[in-house]
Amino acid sequence: MSVTLPRRTLRDAFPANWTVRALRLGLVLYVIYAAGILQISWARFVIGLDQGGKFLGRMWPPNMQAQKLQLITDGMLESLQIAILATAFGVLLALPLGLIAARNLTPAWASWTARALIALLRTFHPVIVAILFVKAVGFGALAGVLALVVASMGFVGKLFAEAIEEISMKQVEAIRATGAGFLSVLIMGVLPQVMARFVGFVIYQLDSNLRNSTMVGIVGGGGIGATLFTAYQRFDYDVVLTILLVIIVIIMLFEVVSTRIRRVFQ
Amino acid sequence: MTRAPATAGIGTGIIREWQRFTPGERLGRYAVYVVSAIAVIWSLRTIEVIPEFLYDAPAQTADLFQRMWPFDWRFWPTVLSGLVETLHTATLGTLMALVLASPVALLAARNITRSAWLNQLANLILVSSRSVNSLIWALLFVAIFGPGALAGTLAIAFRSIGFVGKLLGEAIEEAQRGPIEALTAAGASPMAILIKGYWPQVEPAFWSVALFRWDINVRESAVLGLVGAGGIGVALDTATSNLYWDQAGLVLATIFTVVVLTEIITSRIRTRII
Repeated sequence: MSVTLPRRTLRDAFPANWTVRALRLGLVLYVIYAAGILQISWARFVIGLDQGGKFLGRMWPPNMQAQKLQLITDGMLESLQIAILATAFGVLLALPLGLIAARNLTPAWASWTARALIALLRTFHPVIVAILFVKAVGFGALAGVLALVVASMGFVGKLFAEAIEEISMKQVEAIRATGAGFLSVLIMGVLPQVMARFVGFVIYQLDSNLRNSTMVGIVGGGGIGATLFTAYQRFDYDVVLTILLVIIVIIMLFEVVSTRIRRVFQ
Repeated sequence: MTRAPATAGIGTGIIREWQRFTPGERLGRYAVYVVSAIAVIWSLRTIEVIPEFLYDAPAQTADLFQRMWPFDWRFWPTVLSGLVETLHTATLGTLMALVLASPVALLAARNITRSAWLNQLANLILVSSRSVNSLIWALLFVAIFGPGALAGTLAIAFRSIGFVGKLLGEAIEEAQRGPIEALTAAGASPMAILIKGYWPQVEPAFWSVALFRWDINVRESAVLGLVGAGGIGVALDTATSNLYWDQAGLVLATIFTVVVLTEIITSRIRTRII
């Protein structure tokens, strides 16, 4: 006995969604329009590929002369110093800022002021901040450190405030009930709850500062970025490749170290 | 903070001290503290700071802000066309990154690609993309394609692959096994499993990652012009190298407004859709 169902009673499991199709069409049209505005064309891309081949040819093999390696080591050490100092000072300043910005511990006017300050610090790209600091304190590592301190304050301050807002108030109330002052409440009630996450933020920020310290040198903020930009402007592309490889290796090494450190604090 | 108050055993004379962490844990923590302190002291003592530059820093800063105001509005047409280019660069770059990052994310997800070797390869691609900064990517692409927005778009795309690929790969790894097993049991092809099993689970994460990255890319593409990769950064570079700080001030104010607007827009979209 076989039953044949009329076709239309079979429900289509995946009906066509016209809104999504229209959105996709719009996306394709936008890509074509924007590519036209930016003068991105296939011909240019093909010419570029040819040029890219020559470029890679001049990059390989990486330059391993002792003199260049010495320059790169100096630049990388300076980048490391910039990253460490920017993280240390940025985090120290971000601690009170984040604490004030947490809405569950401080009065509304204080937290809104701190939040506005954090938003302001986060608006500009570190490179733009670096340009302004180069004008203010001159060329060199200090401008880079100051620019990254601003970036670290904004980022860690925001995350720290969010972490504090998520804590359980029960422990805070318990400490308050013993008659503890504000500082004791912070140290005994708040800090233990956010310490592990805070260490995570600091490690992340150090990682991020290390990456960014390779960039502030391009606008005069010191570090490996300055070495890289000089090599680039002198068309020493093989030195550029060596520097890029060193940066990638150091950042990968740091990733291994940071997972170790996170494990210690878990 | 790490030590609870000591409790004395009554009458027995035994004093027990309770501690929150094992000796090994404490040792590890102290080691990290000591190494961090040494690192900071080393950096402070060896970093090269030219003190002569510091004496007139307050005067220089005051001078900077004085010269920025009032803005030079004759520069506005240049700023506006740069701004339009920047927004297109950020959007196209993000779209390109989504296309390029998806296959890498599939390779990096351990529940899809079963070979540890391929996972490592994908991870290497993602880390390389993230370690090289967008400005440095832009330098490379300017050398290949010449100055202009094409280099900027590619720089934004290549820099975003690492970020998008990592988050997308994690989202794929978190997908539930249930629907996948049901599809496998029904005899679905690998492609059908991807589209009908994984995609619906990953889609919200995909769009939120895209939105998040677009927000970042608007900021990043604003500075690419400093190395000649197009956008509003070219205007900033021209103004600062000519020391026309009143023009630079106009560019900075424009960037500030646009960044605040994109942040408002993305947070609106996020609360409404996701």
